[in-house]
Amino acid sequence: MPDPQPASVYDLDHKSEVENLATFAVLVDNEPGVLHRLVGLFAARGYNIESLTVAETDRNAHTSRVTIVTRGTPHVLGQIEAQLEKMVSTRHVQDVTRDPNGLERELALVKVRNTGAERVEALRVADIFRARVIDTTHESFVFEITGAPNKIDKFAELMRPLGLVELSRTGVLSITRGTDAL
Amino acid sequence: MTAHQTITAPEAADTEMMSGAEVVVRALLDQGVEVLFGYPGGAVLPIYDALFAEPRLRHILVRHEQGATHAAEGYARSTGKPGVVLVTSGPGATNAVTGIVDALMDSIPLVVITGQVATHLIGTDAFQECDTIGITRSITKHNYLVKNVDDLPRIMHEAFHIATSGRPGPVVIDIPKDVQFGKTAYQGPKAVTHAHDYRPQVKGDAGRIAEAVTLIAQSRRPILYTGGGVINAGPRASALLREFAELTGAPVTSTLMGLGAFPASDPKWLGMLGMHGSFEANHAMHDCDVMVALGSRFDDRVTGRLDAFSPGSRKIHVDIDASSIGKNVRCDVGIVGDAASVLEDMIAAWKAMHLSVDKTALDEWWRQIDAWRARKCFAYSPDSKLIKPQYAIERLYHHAKDKDVYITTEVGQHQMWAAQYFHFDDPNRWMTSGGLGTMGYGLPAAVGVQIAHPDSLVIDIAGDASVQMTMQEMATAIQYDLPIKIFILNNEWMGMVRQWQQLLHGERYSHSYSDSLPDFVKMAEAFGAVGLRAEKPDELDDKIAEMIAVRRPVLFDCRVTKEENCFPMIPSGKAHNEMILAEESRDLGSIIDEAGKRLV
Repeated sequence: MPDPQPASVYDLDHKSEVENLATFAVLVDNEPGVLHRLVGLFAARGYNIESLTVAETDRNAHTSRVTIVTRGTPHVLGQIEAQLEKMVSTRHVQDVTRDPNGLERELALVKVRNTGAERVEALRVADIFRARVIDTTHESFVFEITGAPNKIDKFAELMRPLGLVELSRTGVLSITRGTDAL
Repeated sequence: MTAHQTITAPEAADTEMMSGAEVVVRALLDQGVEVLFGYPGGAVLPIYDALFAEPRLRHILVRHEQGATHAAEGYARSTGKPGVVLVTSGPGATNAVTGIVDALMDSIPLVVITGQVATHLIGTDAFQECDTIGITRSITKHNYLVKNVDDLPRIMHEAFHIATSGRPGPVVIDIPKDVQFGKTAYQGPKAVTHAHDYRPQVKGDAGRIAEAVTLIAQSRRPILYTGGGVINAGPRASALLREFAELTGAPVTSTLMGLGAFPASDPKWLGMLGMHGSFEANHAMHDCDVMVALGSRFDDRVTGRLDAFSPGSRKIHVDIDASSIGKNVRCDVGIVGDAASVLEDMIAAWKAMHLSVDKTALDEWWRQIDAWRARKCFAYSPDSKLIKPQYAIERLYHHAKDKDVYITTEVGQHQMWAAQYFHFDDPNRWMTSGGLGTMGYGLPAAVGVQIAHPDSLVIDIAGDASVQMTMQEMATAIQYDLPIKIFILNNEWMGMVRQWQQLLHGERYSHSYSDSLPDFVKMAEAFGAVGLRAEKPDELDDKIAEMIAVRRPVLFDCRVTKEENCFPMIPSGKAHNEMILAEESRDLGSIIDEAGKRLV
């Protein structure tokens, strides 16, 4: 004798839900194995890792900051956040994507091999994107570019027909605007 | 110099120099540990040396490291204290793995100390080296490799804090042999500074608690669905659960892990829910309008088909683990906190807000529940010549219920029959492998329970297949004079496998027959235990009475009907209200669809 109108909906068909990208900033205790623990959590529970950056950020406090870009339905992203929070080594988790003050930046090194008009065009595009030339030969450039991940995607896309041969990206770093700190 | 000469009383100054091995022993004492379960080997010899003649720590020598972990789990579940395990490197650690996962799945506090090869040998594929910390990282709540003896006092104490607080679980401390020999200044539990800022949320949010009790007061068909979290929150949580059920008049059901938190003798008790739970519990879950999940985690064995799970209810979920809330089933009010603390606050809020239930609606709800109860879902056809497994458990319960009894089980049909036909009025009396479903859990767990409760009646309700997985722990029971009773429902099959093959795989019994079974009575005698056998219903009572009366370990070979199935049952892929009773089971193969067959 269930209510004619259910009090709440339990449609758990997550497959039909839209998957979104999300960036989590995770402050962890800097100790051996902590990265394995985090990556192992993602592998064991079948979560995606789109990008991952990690480095010690405070030697005295023994903390490292991990920025992890993942993809999932809102339900899965909620689980990821909760599972990250649950790790004993975790101090703070921040969902940068959902934070209106979230800032994301990535650095990329882009090698382009070309000559003639393509070379001029590559420099012109680099200028528009404020990429710096950090190495050159008569037939190549290495550009350094920083920006939001989609800016780097766009830059790489434009460079591809201009002779892009190698791309190295750091993965996403994040921080929030304003006075609050993680 | 032996260890006990160097170890001073806990209240002594905390700056003493001692070896890593002595730190381990001293820290265990300072943590109030009385018993540890272990097995020596090359990489833990310094710790065993420190244990030698240490009068305050009782070491129980098991026969296989898996047994040590399950015994420690049994000890922990029956006492509420953490279980401690000590094993060597390599195979010692890998043999312990099953029990460590079992403890993780069922939230049992364990501290497992493993030896490791010396730090300069790590990574060289040294003798009995394995990457213990890598292997156990995903199966522990936390783990440590101690590379510097100066970290050892802190890690020992932190491990106990982590294992026992929040959602309990196993913690592994891997200690290289040279670290065990190294010297350091010991620090006591209060003197150490923890490296991890681990402070789980115990107190629930007051606003959500008010919201929750308001929902309950407005409900017409409430139900309390409780789990192992109520047991883990201590006896106070069980007492508060009884008080809350009394206040609200709501029916109570529980998961396999939560049995005993609410008394089975109370009229508000509906029995266990889930795949082999009671008809009334599952139907009440399906038709309720407000569900209060307390320390339970909406496991697939509980929910059945998720998209048809209790479709008309608002759900309140109380759990110490935030990641459990909303994991499998969306909830309307999620409260992160300890079951005892939240129950206490809910009771206080209920009283402070002068809430009451709609008596007329509740009476109607109970009339409906009584109608489900009238189906008598646990009825079975009696047999005058052969022992029915259900009958065996009923008789066992009859003989044991007035005693100070603890039950452990293995995994399979016998486990479900034990859950259905043995009844518990108190928490910490029921030890079973719920999450991992580990065959071989019950016998070593019974060893651990009996160590903690030497004068109690401890019975492992077992199956003929499961019991052979950790049979060697019989020798442990003999060595320590533990009068555990191993009550085997012997049907010569891996019964639950056979049941699924019958119902789902066209009666093709692929490799599920227990061929070449040992003569359990002779085997008991070979171990130095008592062997008993019952083959007919009319001899069962006397034999059970004999088993209970004898103050020695007993292996009871209870020959039961071979092809009895476990009912009632929610067929795979079906909803709670599609549960089937024994008499409807003939054409089960046609009830379960192809999608259902793919589920475990």
